[in-house]
Amino acid sequence: MSVQVENLVRHAPGSTRRLLDDVSLTVPTGAFVALVGPSGAGKTTLLRAIAGLDTFEHGTLLLDGQGMGSMRDRARKIGFVFQNYALFPHMTVARNIAFGLDVLPRSERPTRSASAARVQDLLELMQIPDAGPSYPARLSGGQRQRVALARALATGPKLLLLDEPFGALDPIVRRSIRTWLKALHERLGLTTILVTHDQDEAVEIADRIVVMQGGRIVQDATPEVLNQNPQTAFVMEFLGEASSFSGTVRDGLMVPDEAGVLPFPVAASVSPGPVTAMLRPYEIQVRPGVEGGPAVVFSADGARNGYRHYKAHLADRLIPFWVPDYAGNPVEGQASGLLDISRARLFREGQRCG
Amino acid sequence: MKQAVLSFFRGGGSALPGYRLALAATLLWTGFFIVLPLCALVIRPWQDGVGAMLAATRDTRMFAALWTSFSSAFLAALFNLPLGLLLAWALVRGDLPGRRVADALIDLPLALPTAVSGITLATLYGPQGWIGAPLARLGLVVAYSRTGIVLALMFVGLPFVVRTVEPVLKNLPRDLEEAALLLGARPWQVVTRVIIAPLLPALVTGFGLAFARGVGEYGSVIFIAGNQPFKSEIAPLLIVVRLQEFDYAGATAIALILLLTSLLALVLVSAVRRRLSVWGDAG
Repeated sequence: MSVQVENLVRHAPGSTRRLLDDVSLTVPTGAFVALVGPSGAGKTTLLRAIAGLDTFEHGTLLLDGQGMGSMRDRARKIGFVFQNYALFPHMTVARNIAFGLDVLPRSERPTRSASAARVQDLLELMQIPDAGPSYPARLSGGQRQRVALARALATGPKLLLLDEPFGALDPIVRRSIRTWLKALHERLGLTTILVTHDQDEAVEIADRIVVMQGGRIVQDATPEVLNQNPQTAFVMEFLGEASSFSGTVRDGLMVPDEAGVLPFPVAASVSPGPVTAMLRPYEIQVRPGVEGGPAVVFSADGARNGYRHYKAHLADRLIPFWVPDYAGNPVEGQASGLLDISRARLFREGQRCG
Repeated sequence: MKQAVLSFFRGGGSALPGYRLALAATLLWTGFFIVLPLCALVIRPWQDGVGAMLAATRDTRMFAALWTSFSSAFLAALFNLPLGLLLAWALVRGDLPGRRVADALIDLPLALPTAVSGITLATLYGPQGWIGAPLARLGLVVAYSRTGIVLALMFVGLPFVVRTVEPVLKNLPRDLEEAALLLGARPWQVVTRVIIAPLLPALVTGFGLAFARGVGEYGSVIFIAGNQPFKSEIAPLLIVVRLQEFDYAGATAIALILLLTSLLALVLVSAVRRRLSVWGDAG
């Protein structure tokens, strides 16, 4: 099911602050989209608007090219998983999952045995086949998560909306449930919109990432594009660890302000003036210093995930940089040198300029 | 055995200091204030001999009074359930002006001397009362009848229902309702299946408390009840009557039956509540 959001505006109740500021978003059928951003960026507000839980003042919202219809019409098309799962505490897992079927009008309601079979199918799909008779209070976080998902899927929706579904899980469960969810999405042919504040999660699971900030969509792209070409300094920063260096562009060269950082050539399209260069720790390279010239002292900071971590001691701050972890890497045995930041992206007033 | 008792009193290596002192204080308190009076109540009726007790159990006036007390308390507690639920709902969810005032007023029946409530109710609902007079013209007699008793008991029992339901309702996450709506439930299904169902244990507790209070209520009832034997006489009043007649055996016999029945009712209520809240205890 496709979702089309056009120029959505929603104000905070009783104030002029915009929770959603002219948001437009198109999610084609079968897509897996992640809405990311810091707290208060409007991710959840947008998700709730799509679900029809919140109203909005302006804009249109189309599901499969059609208006929203009543809450009950929507309920058939949309499965929603709440941040804290919102399982009904007084019902067993099986009753929770069957809830969407139980509330159907008598004429449409499946028979008792059909409903029980559907519940069992879902429990097996969720890999918790024996959880049916337990109450939610007895389940672990990961199991509750799966029950909430099963409940949302019971009525066979085509659109799945997930509001920070992994927030309360420990890292190992998180990782396994992530891959499993992705597989489930593909297997059931769902369209999924996921809200998260964890960019790693978004990069790993989604085909497309929508970065939000202050009620606006800042950038909407695939994870690769987002990583290669962040539109703003915020997106660059949000997507992972980044170091920034201020400097000036003159004569086609970016000259960093700090000593020990090498100037580098920039594209002709970058107009002269002050800029900020930003790059990731693994994009920083090291060059040998010149005898008697300025040099930056390095200190080792351990090794993780195939990278050797170092810190470069600039005049008044430390810059982390990572070098692939193999014997004889360029930094090994070198206590000082110069930083080459030529792989940096340039920003001016927060916007990308080169 | 001796070992077990000794280690029990020592606290079995409990990290908390003052375990023995706390235990002794608790036992002493419950002993003096609850167990001892109850024992006296159980033993006293038999002091005048089994014959006196048997005579007391043939007292039809007593059974009429007991029936009046229990059935009125039951009805009042029952009527208080929807009323209390609604009030608790308004307090927790409603954003009404004067909510704080209403919140304070709810506890008033607990704080008010029961005689004051009784006189107030009698003034309001009496044949010449502000509400009683128009009702009487419509053919509804409230005061000096069973209706009056139920009304008075509803007045004193309401806070119990409201105050037991309120915290549970407050802790009921709002997104349960949204989840139910998004699963296609109609509004009345949301109310019955997602809101009232988890409130049932609290409602039963509130019912039990209101019922127990109603059975024992004296002051607020006697002014409005009319107190006609066999018709609108409540058991606690009959105890006073018997005492004034120096019929101690008769008085304690009623007291004993009241005690046993109330105890049974409370046990029943807590059994029902436990049955309804199996889902609550994480294992």
